[in-house]
Amino acid sequence: MPKFVPYDVQVIRQRFPILNRKVKGKDLVYFDNAATAQKPIEVIEALSHYYSTYNANIHRGLHTLADEATAAFEETRNAVKEFIGAAHVEEIIFTKGTTESINLIASSWGEAFLSKGDEIILSSLEHHANIVPWQMIAEKKGAVIKVIPMNDEGQMDMNGFHALLSEKTKMVAVVHASNALGIIHPVEEIIRAAHERGAAVLIDGAQSSVHLDIDVREMDCDFYVFSGHKVYGPTGTGIAYGKKQILESMPPFLGGGEMIKEVSFEKTTYNDLPFKFEAGTPNIADVIALRPALEFINQLGKFAIREHENALLIEITARLQQVEGVRIIGAVDHKVPVVSFVADGAHPQDLAYLLDNNGIAVRTGHHCAQPLMKRLGIVGTTRVSFAAYNTLQEVDAFMVALEKSLKMLR
Amino acid sequence: MSEQKTIQEIEQSLVDDFSLFETWEEKYEYIIDLGKKLSPLDAAFKIDEYKIKGCQSSVWIHSQVKDGKVYFEGDSDAVIVRGLVAMVILVLSGQTPKAIAEAPLSFIDAIGLRSHLAQTRSNGLSAMIKQMKLEASILGGQSPVNINEQP
Repeated sequence: MPKFVPYDVQVIRQRFPILNRKVKGKDLVYFDNAATAQKPIEVIEALSHYYSTYNANIHRGLHTLADEATAAFEETRNAVKEFIGAAHVEEIIFTKGTTESINLIASSWGEAFLSKGDEIILSSLEHHANIVPWQMIAEKKGAVIKVIPMNDEGQMDMNGFHALLSEKTKMVAVVHASNALGIIHPVEEIIRAAHERGAAVLIDGAQSSVHLDIDVREMDCDFYVFSGHKVYGPTGTGIAYGKKQILESMPPFLGGGEMIKEVSFEKTTYNDLPFKFEAGTPNIADVIALRPALEFINQLGKFAIREHENALLIEITARLQQVEGVRIIGAVDHKVPVVSFVADGAHPQDLAYLLDNNGIAVRTGHHCAQPLMKRLGIVGTTRVSFAAYNTLQEVDAFMVALEKSLKMLR
Repeated sequence: MSEQKTIQEIEQSLVDDFSLFETWEEKYEYIIDLGKKLSPLDAAFKIDEYKIKGCQSSVWIHSQVKDGKVYFEGDSDAVIVRGLVAMVILVLSGQTPKAIAEAPLSFIDAIGLRSHLAQTRSNGLSAMIKQMKLEASILGGQSPVNINEQP
C-alpha cells in the first residue's frame, strides 16, 4: 500500500520543469493535455540516464549493458501490465503510439479474421486513427463499416448500436473517452453486447488511460490501445494490449529482426508473444522512460488526480456557461477533464492565436474527428484539457484572456 | 487616380504602421480591424475552386487581370486570417505579374508575423502567397485576356 500523500498541486508542478517557462512573455498555461501531457523530471532524467550509462540494443546482446537495458525495457512492460490490469506480461506490445497500435491490430487481426461481407462497427466519435486503419483492411478483405449514431450532445446512441449488431459483426472498435468532447462512453455495455454476438472489441484508450482506472480483465475488451506520451511519458511509445489467445492466432504485422525464431529462405518461424509483433530495434530509451511516468500516476493515485481535475472541469464549465454566446459541446456529466466549446463571432483559430498571445495553449479545430464535427454541424471547437498539474489560478487566467479575446473579435 | 505605389513602398508603409504598436495585442487589434474592413468576397467565388486548403480555417482567393495588372480579392472564415489576407492583397493587388512573382514580401518577417503566429500549416499564410504568385504568373502568361473571370 503506497503511503498517503495529500494532493498538493504546487509540489506536483515543481516536478515539471517546462511549467516554469514563459510564452509570449506570460506564464505558460498548458491546457492541451489531451494532445500530449508534459513530462515529470523523472521521465526526462530516465532518458538521459539511459543514454549516459547503459545504452545498448536489447534482448540479443550478451554483455552487461545489453542485460541492463533489456531488464529496464522489460520492467516497463511489467509496469504497463499492472497499469491496465492485464493477465499476462506478453499481452503488452510496444508500438510507437495509439495510431500504430490500431494499425497493427486492424491489419493483423483483420488478415486472420475478416472475410467478405463481415461488418466492423465504429462510432461517429472516432479519431481518424480509429477509422482509417479499419477502412484500409475493410477494403482489402471486402468487409463493411457500420457507424454507431450519436445524439446532439455527443453521446453514443446505444439503441442504434444494438440495432447494428448482427451475426455479421466481427469487430467493434470504439473510443473509451472522446478526444474532441471528453465524453466517456459505456464501453462495458458495448463489450458485453458485442461478445454475445461473438464479435471482438477494441477500445481506444488514448484519452481514458491517463484519467480512468483501467482494468482490461474486468472490462473484458479484446484489445486496448493507448499512447505513452498522453500518460506523462515520452513520445514514440504506444501500447497494444490484446488477449493472449487472440494475439497468438494473429499473423505478424511487420517482418524483420526480433520477431523471428528461425529464418531460412525456405521457411521462417516466428517468435513468441510479444516479440512476434515487435520487429526491429524498439524505441528502447522512451519505453524505459515510460515507467517513471506510470509511477508518477500511481504515486498520486488516479482517484486523487481525478478529484483534482474534476474540480477544474466543474469550475471552467460553470464559468464558460456564463459567457455570452459560448456553447459547450458535449455538456454531459460523465467526462474526462476536457471541455470543448464554440463561441459566437469567434472562429476557433482566432481564439487560439489570441489565447497563445496570453501564454495559453489550447487546441482548436476539428481534433482529427471530421465526421464528428460534420455531424455536429460545426467547423471545429476550442478545447481545454486538464492534467494533474493544472490549477484554478490557471482557469482564472484563461477566463480573463478568453473574455478579452472575445471582445477583440466581436 | 494616383500613381500606383510599388510593392516595396506598400510593404514599407505597413511596416511603419505596425511599428507604432508596442504590444502584440495592439498588432492583433490592427490585423483584426483590417480583417473586419476587407470587403467580403462574392459568394459565387467562395467555392472549392478558389479555396486554399488550410488545416483550420478556409481561405478563398480570386484573381483577375485588367490592363496587364493582377487584381486579387479574398476572404476567410477566421478574422485574423482575413486580416492577413487583407494585408497580402494590399501589397500585391494591382501589380504586374512579374512584380508579384518576384516580390520577396519581406514585410511578413519585418512585422514579425511569421515568428509570432504559430508556424504551423494552420494559418496558411505561405500557401496563400504561393497560390497568389502562381495565379499571377499564369495570368501573366495569358495577359491581357481575363482567364479567371467567372462565373
